[in-house]
Amino acid sequence: MAIIRIPTPLRPYTNGQSELTVAGETVGQVLENLVQQYPALRTHIFNENGELRPFVNLFIGENNVNDLQGVATPVEDNDRILLIPSIAGG
Amino acid sequence: MEVQTPSTLFQTGILSPPVTTGSLEAFVGNTPLVLLRRVTAHLPAAVQVFAKAEWFNPGGSIKDRPALNILRVALAEGKLGKGKRLLDSTSGNMGIAYATFGAALGIPVTLVVPANASPERIAILKALGAELILSDPSEGSDGAIRIARQLAVEYPERYYYANQYDNPANWQAHYCTTGPEIFHQTRGCVTHLVAGLGTSGTLIGAGRYLREVSSKVQLVAVQPSSPFHGLEGLKHMPTAIRPGIFDESLIDLTIPVETEEAYQMVRRLAKEEGLFVGISAGAAAVGAIRVAERLESGVVVTIFPDAGYKYLSEKALWGFQDPVSS
Repeated sequence: MAIIRIPTPLRPYTNGQSELTVAGETVGQVLENLVQQYPALRTHIFNENGELRPFVNLFIGENNVNDLQGVATPVEDNDRILLIPSIAGG
Repeated sequence: MEVQTPSTLFQTGILSPPVTTGSLEAFVGNTPLVLLRRVTAHLPAAVQVFAKAEWFNPGGSIKDRPALNILRVALAEGKLGKGKRLLDSTSGNMGIAYATFGAALGIPVTLVVPANASPERIAILKALGAELILSDPSEGSDGAIRIARQLAVEYPERYYYANQYDNPANWQAHYCTTGPEIFHQTRGCVTHLVAGLGTSGTLIGAGRYLREVSSKVQLVAVQPSSPFHGLEGLKHMPTAIRPGIFDESLIDLTIPVETEEAYQMVRRLAKEEGLFVGISAGAAAVGAIRVAERLESGVVVTIFPDAGYKYLSEKALWGFQDPVSS
């Protein structure tokens, strides 16, 4: 089970929760399980083809998963996955 | 909302004629207004779309205008000087502008920046000598605002909190420079001003001026279509901390823009217009063209806040993995 940190703009879709524990052996599986638990998140994270939207940045620790194996990056128990928004305003 | 006459700004001299020789501050503003041609080829001949090329400012973005005005007003009012540090939260461009003119005028600058700011921005801020406090990336810009507010309360002797979101010197800079420039560059023919909302200073300030000189001008806001987006610098107002300077009553129309369509427009502007611009410029262009498509005639002006250099590490934006080898 990985721990995924939800950024402020998405917390309205997770009943206000900032951290969730989600099953999955890869980043992609964790995200799929996440959006099954919270369906309103899906359109914010995936496009209509089921691909990650281009601005969705995911980190495991300090590492951007795009620099690892993307959504195929393996996830260990208790890994912390950060879902990072872009920076708004000024 | 109470609107104060920006007399201080006139006194401090930001509204000046174009110069070719002078101090760095003299080169803020008076940016080119560029006609878009190929991305607007489908529009009627009587509809023109122009973009204000704000990367021509010395600090590389539109933020030079409000940053310089905020600094000048604070200096004139005695709130800065004697080693007091300017403090603010920023997504990057405002910080770069503060750091640029802070360095030029000898004013130390402290910035609260979300830790996920692009490496280019953080490197530029460090090169300009700014002190950086990195905030939790999950909390975004609003998290940075909250930390800046807290520091300002805890250390009032150390910091002057510039507070770009609530400081009237922000919109007044655009009232006194961006608005008049647009009016004169279009010879008074501007019919629509389309701008992205970050602090809202550009649209509120320039828009307030244009409304005064030409009541027909329509003011159009561009904002992200949803709270989680990739339009750096733009705010989704319904879910973010609302800037104190934001006067929604001025706005005629708000256009939501998807991140993907802004990314695509950034690539088109580079390849079809030779305009290598940032993400918020792409969003502004999407909004401006959408407005123009509804017109039979008109002069639509939009704002391109910065160039693309600071976004080169955003691989998904450019459609290639490695900018050098691809």
